[in-house]
Formats: sequence, C-alpha cells, structure tokens
Amino acid sequence: MSDENLVTKAEAGNPEAQESDDAGLVERVMARKTRRSFLVGGLAAIAGAGAWEWLDSRRPDDGVMWPLRLTLRANEQLWRDYSSPRRLARTFDPADIEAPRPNGNVGLENEPDPDWSLAVDGITDADGPLTLGMSEIQKLPKAEMITELKCIEGWSRVLQWGGVRFQDFAATYAAQNTDPNSYVGLETPEQDYYVGLDMASAMHPQTLLCWEMNGAPLTAKHGAPLRLVVPLKYGIKNLKRIGRIVFSATRPADYWSERGYDYYAGF
Amino acid sequence: MVKRLESKHPRAIRWCHWINFPLLAIMIWSGLWIYWANDVYRIGLGSFTLFHFFPEWFYNTFNLGHRLAEGMAWHFAFAWLFTINGAAYVIYTLVSGEWRYLVPNRNSLKEAIQVTLYDLHLTKKQPPRRKFNGAQQFAYTGILLMGAGSVITGLAIWKSVQFGWLAWLLGGYQAARMEHFLLVLGYAGFFMVHIAQVIRAGWNNFRSMVTGYEIVSDEAAE
Repeated sequence: MSDENLVTKAEAGNPEAQESDDAGLVERVMARKTRRSFLVGGLAAIAGAGAWEWLDSRRPDDGVMWPLRLTLRANEQLWRDYSSPRRLARTFDPADIEAPRPNGNVGLENEPDPDWSLAVDGITDADGPLTLGMSEIQKLPKAEMITELKCIEGWSRVLQWGGVRFQDFAATYAAQNTDPNSYVGLETPEQDYYVGLDMASAMHPQTLLCWEMNGAPLTAKHGAPLRLVVPLKYGIKNLKRIGRIVFSATRPADYWSERGYDYYAGF
Repeated sequence: MVKRLESKHPRAIRWCHWINFPLLAIMIWSGLWIYWANDVYRIGLGSFTLFHFFPEWFYNTFNLGHRLAEGMAWHFAFAWLFTINGAAYVIYTLVSGEWRYLVPNRNSLKEAIQVTLYDLHLTKKQPPRRKFNGAQQFAYTGILLMGAGSVITGLAIWKSVQFGWLAWLLGGYQAARMEHFLLVLGYAGFFMVHIAQVIRAGWNNFRSMVTGYEIVSDEAAE
C-alpha cells in the first residue's frame, strides 16, 4: 500500500478514505514523514540562526549594522517617493496646548550670545554666507500653528508655535537653492548639534523657523532666539538655537543619524 | 482499532506559522527596546500603581535598556518580513479555501464555550473532534486580526502624517501607541494558552504542525 492510500482528508465521511488494519505500516510511514519534516525544519532553523548571526556581526555604518542601515535608507527612498507633500500634520485647538518638555541640551550648554546672528550659507547667487539679524527674519510673514511635537523616545507634546515658514525664508534668501533633491543643514552656533533635512520636508508649509512658543518668546532651553519646528519629523530634527543654515546638494551631517538613528526620521 | 494517516495542515500554512514565530519574536524584542525609552504604561489608579510595564528587573534580565536606535533599525526592517509573511498566510488561506476551517461560524460561539468548560474540567461533555473546534476558530482568527492590528497601529505611529487619517481613527498618535502595546500583551496571553494547549494535546498533534499529518484511530466496529 502506498503512502497516498493511507492518507485521508480531514473531512468526515470522505469516500476516498482508505484504512489500514496494519497499524505498524501507518506508524512506519509516519516515522518516515516525521524524520524528513524535522530534518527540513532543523535545517531551516539552522539557516535562520545563521542569518541572524551574520546580520548581528556586520560592521556598523553610523552606529547600526550596515544591512539595517541599508534598510533604513531604502525605507527613506520609499517614503520620499510616495509621500504626499500636501499631507499636513494634525493641528489642534488652543485648549489642547500642553506644557513643553525639554529633553537634552547638546549645543545649549553655554549662555546664548546676545549678539546672535544667523549665517545662511550655500546660496548660489551670493558671494559668501549671508548674515541675518532677528529683525530681518521677523520682517517675513508670520505663521502660527498648534502641532504635536513627537520625541523619538515615544512621548509627545501639543505646542503652539510662532515664526516664519521655512519656504518663505528660502524664497526670500535662497530662491535658487530649493531643488527637491537637495538638502538643508542646520547647526547650533558652536556646531555641537546639527541636523540635515531633505528639501521636501524643509519646504513643507508646516516647517517653521520659530521665535515663539505657547504665545511667549522662546526661552534659552527651548532654543532662543531662533529654532526649527518641523512636525513632519521626530523631535531630534527640531534643532534649537540655530546658528547657521546651509543649502547643500549633498546630505549634511546629522548628529543623531551618526549615532544609530534613521537620517530621514520623518512621518 | 484502525489507524490511518490524515492530512491536516497544508505545507504553506506550516511554513508561514513557523516563519512567523521568530519574526514576531524579533518584532516584540526590538519593540521592547523602543518602548523602554518612554515606558509610561502601568496598571493602577491615580498615584497607586499595581504593576508598571516594566519593572527594572525585567529590563535588566533581558538587557532591554538603552537600545532605542538599534530597536528602531531592527523593527523597521523586520516589519516588512512580518507583514509579507502574514499577507502570504492570508492569501493562501483565502485561495485554498482553508479559511472555512478557521473562520468562526454560527455554531462556533456555543462550541467555544463548551470547549472552554471542558478544558477547565467544568463539564465532562467532550467537544466534537474536528480540525479546529469553535474555541480554536476564535483564537486563530483573532490572532490573525491582532497581527493586522499591529501592522495598522504600527503604520499610524511610524508614518503618522502620511497615515494621519489612520492615527485619527485610532484616537490619535498616543492612543495608537498604546493600542500597539496592548496587542503585544495580547500576543503574550495567546502564546501562554497556545503552548499549554499544545502540550496538553500531545505529540501527535504537535507533529502534525511539522509534518502536516496526524495518525487517527477509528473505532473498527460500529
């Protein structure tokens, strides 16, 4: 009797059902199937464990095994291609506004410079970096919004922001440098903390250079005199106390992506 | 007594089941590295906390702390494999007709109650012997819906602007995060019951999830 004749479908009353009085034969066939299946399963488990070992021992690329870094970059390309720039982050009512929660002070250790000015670099039709004071920035049309700042740690705060849209700022001072495939880099005055943004995220209508939070001027620990607020990105990209903005065809350095995080870090 | 072999679990379902096991384990593991960075959930009332997710000893025992960046990198790579494997399972069950054994029908609830009472030794009335009884149908369909829930809540958290409408439907960004976490507690609960039931059902049943076949003994004489 062949294996197939011993095998029946699960349905009750199957007319095809074959039975065997030879319990020994059934046991022998089952034993053979069991050996074969456990051998295949065992080999698959060893292959899986091997793949894990291989992945876990790869050399790190900016703080994370390179195959995983590659996957983060592939995810970034996917979302940059298929995300709609018209989609807005959720906005809230004034009643939803919460108290801010500062987290980390890299680049904010010193007192802010009273003679602060903003350097704007990488502009094609300018000879060198542009230097702007607060009064010049505040001449641009003011925008306000209430959005949720999401920390990469998992908490979030609904906050009100006042400042200028980055797209208005760029149109005024760097109109030739907003190619969608280029980048914007932002740094604190002593370059302790620095972030890079893809141009689409920088030019999003909810990306602001802010000097107000929750209806009051920014305080030092929240990034006075000028900070970035980009609700399309995790908090790590929302750089406080901007000293320099650079328009760049290549990816600017990014503090947290050098420490194992995703460069894109976008929603 | 007549013994015969019965074909029970199709090959595609067995592969999907066993591949899902390490994938889900990696997703939960890397998810805990992420959760650690803002471990706010607890069972309690007001300032009284009965249980905190998770106690220090838990993080220390399994080395879960200070691994947020690493956790996100693993999570957003293996999420693809977890989703693809789950989708393959769903497509196979739909196309092959296997879904008929899995999806509860109008008798399933009554049978599920009967199975539960029998398993808890509250009744001696034995449930009918079928591929999947009513309780199994609820459990296996439920775990599949939970998997879909993890993908949906995960998308709402990961791409909370592109899937802003999804985050809104789920009650907001923080609500989606909690739902994503609650599903993990659900997996832990499922896993414990599942393992207990597999041990109880015995070797012949376990072997059928590996080989696809089960030995069935029929009463020879009516």
